[in-house]
Amino acid sequence: MTTLLRETLTHSSIYMPTPARIVEVEQFTEVEKWFHLELPSGFTIAHKPGQFVEVSILGIGEAPISICSSPARSNGSFELCVRRVGKLTDALHRLDVGSMIAVRGPFGHGFPIDRFHGKDIIFIAGGLGLAPLRSLITEVLDERGKYGRVALLYGARTPNDFLFPADLAAWADREDVECHVTVDRPSEGWDGPVGVITTLLPKVKFPARNTVVAIVGPPVMYRFVLDELLAAGIAEGNIWLSFERQMKCGVGKCGHCQMHHIYTCQQGPVLSYAEVKNLEEALS
Amino acid sequence: MKILPKHSLKAWVERLRDTHRVVAPRETYGQYIFEEIENADDLVFDYHTSVLPPKKYLLPPREDLFAFNAKTMEMSPLIEEIQPTVIMALHTCDLHAITLLDKIQGTGHTDQHYQARRRKTTLVSIECLKPCMDHAFCKSMGTLAVPEGFDIHLTDLGDRYAVDIGSEQGEQLIEGLSLFWEPIEADYERVNQVMAGKWPNFDYRLDCDVTDLPDLLAASQDSALWDEVGDTCLACGQCTKVCPTCYCFDVLDEIDLKLEHGKRVRVWDSCLIEKFAVVAGGHNFRSSQARRLRHRFLRKGKYQFESYGLLGCVGCGRCALSCPAHITPIGLLNTLAERRRPATEEASSRS
Ligand SMILES: Cc1cc2nc3c(=O)[nH]c(=O)nc-3n(C[C@H](O)[C@H](O)[C@H](O)COP(=O)(O)OP(=O)(O)OC[C@H]3O[C@@H](n4cnc5c(N)ncnc54)[C@H](O)[C@@H]3O)c2cc1C
Ligand code: SF4
Ligand code: SF4
Ligand code: FES
Repeated sequence: MTTLLRETLTHSSIYMPTPARIVEVEQFTEVEKWFHLELPSGFTIAHKPGQFVEVSILGIGEAPISICSSPARSNGSFELCVRRVGKLTDALHRLDVGSMIAVRGPFGHGFPIDRFHGKDIIFIAGGLGLAPLRSLITEVLDERGKYGRVALLYGARTPNDFLFPADLAAWADREDVECHVTVDRPSEGWDGPVGVITTLLPKVKFPARNTVVAIVGPPVMYRFVLDELLAAGIAEGNIWLSFERQMKCGVGKCGHCQMHHIYTCQQGPVLSYAEVKNLEEALS
Repeated sequence: MKILPKHSLKAWVERLRDTHRVVAPRETYGQYIFEEIENADDLVFDYHTSVLPPKKYLLPPREDLFAFNAKTMEMSPLIEEIQPTVIMALHTCDLHAITLLDKIQGTGHTDQHYQARRRKTTLVSIECLKPCMDHAFCKSMGTLAVPEGFDIHLTDLGDRYAVDIGSEQGEQLIEGLSLFWEPIEADYERVNQVMAGKWPNFDYRLDCDVTDLPDLLAASQDSALWDEVGDTCLACGQCTKVCPTCYCFDVLDEIDLKLEHGKRVRVWDSCLIEKFAVVAGGHNFRSSQARRLRHRFLRKGKYQFESYGLLGCVGCGRCALSCPAHITPIGLLNTLAERRRPATEEASSRS
């Protein structure tokens, strides 16, 4: 019998996590590391792309981190990609293979993958946004036949900031995925595009009628990307964004993630533009 | 309905104290606070709204969530085995607030910490027959009537209390006690008289109908009033501490010097405080005091209603009393209503 990790939430306290072991680590950039984690035997995470876990280091604290592995490949194990920015993430970056952390979740609603079936898909990732999108991208590519054309647009600050280099190379090699990357600032040896992510949009000419777009990136990116997509005629309900908010509980109780009437941890973090377009606090 | 003669009240409370912790408002330096009653003589039924609401017995200011050993990764929940507790003499606004908390803590993932306390808590409310303080606007908010969800409700009939029993838990508090009498016809008449007589003692303070609040707030999102009032707010968070319907919290780890044994705890937090919505990289989605204040009011008068079908403000007036900047819900909401009115009238005369 396998236990879904979220079933542990019906145990004695919804705030108590389950231990997980770090089995692999890779340093992507100076501040970003990838962790492969294993749950105790009998546990599985059973997440949807776009969902997150609350990651604990006991004695330090907790923070929400997106699951970046494909649901199909996550039995009993899962992956996270973490940027070092503060208390919890500093401590996590100091841990090595064999160390234990603890997790709760998965939380929130992921991307509504059923609504992507039969459609052309554009993935737009800014910086660390590639981590949550990677679980969706791999899910889509694992069942490639269910979707139309697929494009990935990815922007990073510099060529040294690319995450998941092995995946990027593999995706770029595929005939059935259009990959476009850009950097804000080039460095020695970079001969690819330079500029913000919106400069990549003209490179993908999809019929607006049958296209869904999944976007994850820093808050500043959303407004600009949205303006272009809407101008291109993409339906508001076909644009899906993941929102980042301060989260202390993950279960709709602590109030930190509230964005108007929406608890981002529960009704989000993925929401369509149609749902948030009138919510001023969502996009600025 | 039953009848409890006033001279038997103390005897009843003493009986309850054999089996329960009895909590009730007590006077301290001219203010009232909910505290355990050591002696039935300390009981006050006629009180000016308590400083902190009784929610502190259900959601304490600081609460342990679980204990851990960071070395072995052993963890155990710290859900306190609480003593059966009776909270006495709740005003109906506070009862409405607990109904809202019950709904929130029981929706989606159930908060077992809250439930553990709530299950062991019996609520004895009293009918408010006159306003308890100047800032209260319960009549406007519809919280001057008893909600479902009381266990026992008392109405002062002069020399006796009418005792309404709202639940099995309430029934158990009076079961088999000869202190309670069966009512006679005259008692029912007296209840009707008292109830009819109380309403004129209260004023409507809100200049719009309570059912219109979500719309008023929606229409006032861009009002300049938020900036005007926001400029005076000190971001002290006092209003949220005293509010019976606020429940937001922060989570902290505490660990011993050997970095081995520790606890994860939650403490009350406030959306009025600047860092409440900051995310990594320093972006603050509620970057000004005006926006934070607006969030608090929209949450009380609109969002909570949309999510739970109940308003997040019960009109107790505690925040108004405690705000060092004299920001009051009535002042604020009435100004919004007043500023909307000319615009609406103009619009309707044009159409
Ligand atoms: C749904 C969701 C998914 C996410 N997925 C990922 C992911 O896949 N990978 C990832 O790396 N991150 C992810 N994040 C972001 C991550 O949760 C945050 O970066 C988190 O804050 C890190 O926690 P921390 O304890 O390391 O940082 P904190 O110590 O909480 O610091 C974070 C930031 O808070 C501010 N801050 C902290 N302390 C103070 C202070 N005393 N005064 C002022 N400002 C302060 C700073 O801006 C700092 O950069 C996600 C967030 C959400 C909501
Ligand atoms: S907002 Fe103020 S008046 Fe309303 S319930 Fe809270 S403390 Fe009472
Ligand atoms: S009590 Fe008054 S001054 Fe303090 S945060 Fe609340 S509204 Fe602002
Ligand atoms: S993270 Fe606590 S309410 Fe969403």
